[in-house]
Amino acid sequence: MPDPVNRDAIAVRASSLSKSFCMHLQGGLELPVVEGASFEVRAGECVVLGGPSGAGKSSILKMLYGNYAASSGEILIRHGDAMVDLAAASPRLVLAIRRETLGYVSQFLRTVPRVAAVDVVAEPLVARGIDAGTARERAGLTLERLNLPQRLWQLPPATFSGGEQQRVNIARGFITDHPVLLLDEPTASLDAANRRVVIEMIAEKKAQGVAQIGIFHDEEVREAVADRIIDVRGFAPAHAA
Amino acid sequence: MTMLDETPLLSVTGLSRYYGERVGCRDISFEVYPGEVLAIVGESGSGKTTLLNCISTRLEPSAGCVSYRMRDGESRDLYRMSEAERRLLMRTDWGFVHQNPADGLRMTVSAGANVGERLMAVGERHYGRIRDTATHWLSRVEIAADRIDDQPRAFSGGMRQRLQIARNLVTGPRLVFMDEPTGGLDVSVQARLLDLLRGLVNDLGLAAIVVTHDLAVARLLSHRMIVMKDGRVVEEGLTDRVLDDPQAPYTQLLVSSILQV
Repeated sequence: MPDPVNRDAIAVRASSLSKSFCMHLQGGLELPVVEGASFEVRAGECVVLGGPSGAGKSSILKMLYGNYAASSGEILIRHGDAMVDLAAASPRLVLAIRRETLGYVSQFLRTVPRVAAVDVVAEPLVARGIDAGTARERAGLTLERLNLPQRLWQLPPATFSGGEQQRVNIARGFITDHPVLLLDEPTASLDAANRRVVIEMIAEKKAQGVAQIGIFHDEEVREAVADRIIDVRGFAPAHAA
Repeated sequence: MTMLDETPLLSVTGLSRYYGERVGCRDISFEVYPGEVLAIVGESGSGKTTLLNCISTRLEPSAGCVSYRMRDGESRDLYRMSEAERRLLMRTDWGFVHQNPADGLRMTVSAGANVGERLMAVGERHYGRIRDTATHWLSRVEIAADRIDDQPRAFSGGMRQRLQIARNLVTGPRLVFMDEPTGGLDVSVQARLLDLLRGLVNDLGLAAIVVTHDLAVARLLSHRMIVMKDGRVVEEGLTDRVLDDPQAPYTQLLVSSILQV
C-alpha cells in the first residue's frame, strides 16, 4: 500500500439525501422512499445499512452509486484529492468516479453474452489500464480463492448457478483497489465456506483503508463485518405508506 | 487522477431539421468525448435517424451547429467545410455502419476488396499490405480467411454486418456512427455482434454514436444515452441511471414496455 491509511479521513458523506419516485404511468403518483439521510463513512470502516425490507436500504446504495438520481441532498465522495458531489456530477464524472474511486458488488450479475467469466472479472482492471495478461492472472487468483472451479473460467457466466454467478460478481467487485466499495448483499446465495471467504476479503479491504457500505441480511456476516450499523428507519419519509 | 478537461470530439448546438412544416428534430444539443459511446434511443418517427444524418453530414440541418475536433486539434464547423473536406473526413476519421449492410458494402466485389477499398481511399497502394490488413480485419470480425475472395452476396446477414464493421474500422476512425447496427438480425447473431462491437470499441478507444430503438443494445454498448420523442430530447444521462431510474414520462413508458424473458 502506497500511503499509510488515514482512518480519520471521511470517504463518503451523505447530507439530507432524499429519494422520491414520480410514477408518471400511475397518474404522477409520488412515492417517497428515503428522506433526510445523513451519515459519514471513514476510510477503513465497514458500515452496514440496517432495517427491514422496503426501508430504503437499496435505494440509498443505488443513489450512492449514481444509479438512482437523488431527489435532493448531497453525496460527497473523496475522489483523488477532492470531495466531489456525486449527486450533482455529470455522467462523465460519475463514470470517472466509478472507474477510479467507487466500486460496486451487486446481488445479480448482468451478464454480457459470450464473455468468459475470467474476462468479466478482469474487465475493471483492464479499464484502469492494467495489461490484459496481468489482469487475467489476478482474476484467476480471485476466482480460485472463491472456489470457482477452473473449468468454468473460460465460459460465459450466463449459464452458471446463482451462487457461481455471485462469486464471479464478487471477484469482479473486489479485484480493484477502489477506495470506496458498495456491497449489495454479496453473500446472499453463497454457502458457508464461501461466505467466510467474503468475510475475509471484506476484512482485508478494511485493513487497506477501503471504506465499505453494505447491505447484509445474513446476521452472521453482518456481525462479522460491521463496524457500525446505520438504521435506515431513521430516514423514513414522514408520510410513507 | 481523472481530469475531465478534454475538449469534445463532436459538439452539437441548437440543431433543428424541418421537413417543410413538419419537425424532424428540434433544438438538440449534446457533446461526445473521445472514447465515449452515446446511444440515441426512441421509437420510429422520434427523429433519431434525422439527427444521426444531420450530425454525420448526410443531411443539412435547418438550424444549429455541429463542430468536430480534427486530428490537428482544431474544432471545425462541419457545414462550413468544403464538400471535399467533408468527404475526406468521412473516408478517414469517421465510420458509418448502416442497419442494412447492403447500404454500406459493395455487394458485387469480394470481401477483401470491400475492406481494402477504404484503405486505398486513404492512400495505401501496396497490394500485399492491403491484403494482409484486410485478412487481419476479417479475422477480427470473425470471418474466416478463406472467405476473403467471396462476395458479400454469399454471406449471411450477420456476416455481412461484421464485414461492414471491418470496412469501417480498417482506417482507424475516431468516431463511428451506427444506425440500428443489430436491427434485422436473429437474436443469437445480435448477441455475437454486440459482444464484438463492445470489444472493438473498448480496444480501439473509439467514440461511437449508436441509434437504436432497442434499450438492451443501449444498455450493453453505451455510457450515456439520449431519449428522443417527437423530435426532441426528453431525457439524457448515464445509461444505467436512465434505464433504472427513468424520470421523464416517456422514458418510464419505454422502460416499462420491455418484455422480460
